[in-house]
Amino acid sequence: MPKYTNPFEHLLNPGHTACPGCGQLIAARHVIDACGPDTIIANATGCLEVTTSKHPTSSWKVPWIHSLFENPSAVASGILAAIKHKGLDGKVKVLAQGGDGSTFDIGFGLISGMWERGDNILYVCYDTEVYSNTGYQASGATPLDAFTRTTWPGKKSLGNRMFKKNMLEIALAHRVGYVATTTSGYIEDIKRKVKKAWDTPGPKFIHILTPCVPGWGIEDNQAIELGKLAQKTGFFPVVEFVNGELVSSMKVPQDAPKVDEYLKYHARFKHLFKDPKGAEQIKILQKICNDNIAKYNLK
Amino acid sequence: MNTKKQIVEGSHAVAEIMKNLRPAVVAAYPITPQTHIVEDLAKMKDNGEADFEFINAESEFSAASMVLGASATGVRTYTATSSQGLLLMTEVLFNIAGMRLPVVVTCANRAISSPINIWNDQQDSVTIRDAGWLQLYAETNQEAVDLHILAYKLAESLMLPVMVNMDGFVLTHTFESVEIPEVSLIKKFLPDYLAPKDSTLDTANSRSLGTFATPERYLEIRQELFEDVAAAKKEIVRQNSEFKKVFGRGIGNGLIEEYKTKDADIILVAMGSVCGTIKEVIDQLRTKGKKVGLLKIISFRPFPDVEIVKALSKVKYVAVVDKAISIGTEGILATEIKRACYGQLKAQISSFVVGLGGRDITEKMISDIVDLAKVKTGKIGFVGR
Repeated sequence: MPKYTNPFEHLLNPGHTACPGCGQLIAARHVIDACGPDTIIANATGCLEVTTSKHPTSSWKVPWIHSLFENPSAVASGILAAIKHKGLDGKVKVLAQGGDGSTFDIGFGLISGMWERGDNILYVCYDTEVYSNTGYQASGATPLDAFTRTTWPGKKSLGNRMFKKNMLEIALAHRVGYVATTTSGYIEDIKRKVKKAWDTPGPKFIHILTPCVPGWGIEDNQAIELGKLAQKTGFFPVVEFVNGELVSSMKVPQDAPKVDEYLKYHARFKHLFKDPKGAEQIKILQKICNDNIAKYNLK
Repeated sequence: MNTKKQIVEGSHAVAEIMKNLRPAVVAAYPITPQTHIVEDLAKMKDNGEADFEFINAESEFSAASMVLGASATGVRTYTATSSQGLLLMTEVLFNIAGMRLPVVVTCANRAISSPINIWNDQQDSVTIRDAGWLQLYAETNQEAVDLHILAYKLAESLMLPVMVNMDGFVLTHTFESVEIPEVSLIKKFLPDYLAPKDSTLDTANSRSLGTFATPERYLEIRQELFEDVAAAKKEIVRQNSEFKKVFGRGIGNGLIEEYKTKDADIILVAMGSVCGTIKEVIDQLRTKGKKVGLLKIISFRPFPDVEIVKALSKVKYVAVVDKAISIGTEGILATEIKRACYGQLKAQISSFVVGLGGRDITEKMISDIVDLAKVKTGKIGFVGR
């Protein structure tokens, strides 16, 4: 059993202003705890930044910097260079973190640069599959058919027309040494993967699916459960690659729940159950799950 | 021997002085006409002549973000850019100033697209005048070298970023005789950088930087930045005179330089390398009895309002020679001069635009401006068409 920790002994403290039941804050707290106090964070603009750093307060007990929406990776590269110059490389860790908007879209090119340089930085993406902080607009991480404020289901639309970008494969294509996915549903898995990431030299990438209560239209007690269900259906594969080799994959149950078992809890997918054309779309979403299960050996 | 005098390319002179200024982190992305500076720095690093960390960025936006992160960690940093690169950096440049990081950037001044053009004017740096950076302009390569030393001194004493501007090609690619002070002499003026306590990313003393400010707090923070940039004028004058003591030379009073203005009835106002041509023309016109002078602006930010009004107080005509325009109004320096002089001068102030996109600025163009300045047209003059 994990030991109970006094809330104020965490490195990300209470007093922040995130929504009740926020999947991202749960994940972020465990990420920084697993990194430890000798860590410097470069944080993108977004919910995690806004809810934890209202001037003149801060929820962070480690040195933390926020610059802009798109640049935590490049800011982290600058921090790392300064640390090397001070002879502290290996003693101080550099963690860059951002949401899916920052990671998949606006900061994408900068992350590619950081990976290409081989910088010893852990980049963590907290993926809410939508621009949560601006009020739920579609990002490159938004799944097919999801309702967002820029992909409205209507007479001529069934929601988002695009497939979710595969950041996992993009990281692997950069020869990132440690690449893993997980979700807010699996706290122990988050902690294990963060610790393991630091055993791999060079760049490391952890992609965490973090349910967004208002953005997904779910209840504030569902972030953990839906984090699990996303994995169990195969909708979000939970895997781990070291030096390009698949070293672990979290198995789905033998009788894996169908994707509609997952979709039905989300207001963002409810139109699929009302529109007659929705059934066809659910089939496509089920195929995405089946393909993931086959591709990443999830059974 | 604390100083070597050599005939070198402007970019190489900047790279040499940067080596002697010993930044901990240099980030770079190539853009003409800045490239020779960062190429030389990369070579110095690869040869083992310099021990800074050199990062090849994948864009100017990243290069600026890298020096931001490194500077926040409490070390001396450097990058250089031009034109589109500077504009791509814009978001980060505002951020660096707001975070009060003592970053120094060289801008090898170049025109802005479209149409794309790699040659010199000053539209790039002048466009980002509101970012909160100090902006200094060099007339010669010696001034470019000296302004880099001064820039770090100012940045680190004021905790404000400084941009050193030198005209692309006209200075960066031109060979001139330049004295490049050695480290031992520089140290007498500029000690190693020691970041203020409690302001950096330090695991022994954790701080959150770049936090967000609500309407109750934002205005005061911006006002403080405004006041500190405005007050930097005093420090520029002070450090320029300290500089003179250590290095035996200096540029004007640090803010402006006056050339034959005392008895002038017409004064030209300009920034950067064009001042050399203007001085040449003034000498020629003086032999013909024309009382012409030059007011050279060294510090564009902060803008030396009081000093400018004083320098122009007795003159009848002022001709502002700009290499940057605010499309639809006039030369940008001209607007700045008019603002500074509003209600204080009787002089007729005219705006002239020259040299856009590297158009050669001839002596004739300058003497034409001297004649045109006395004609009241109410229009901006594009000279050299």
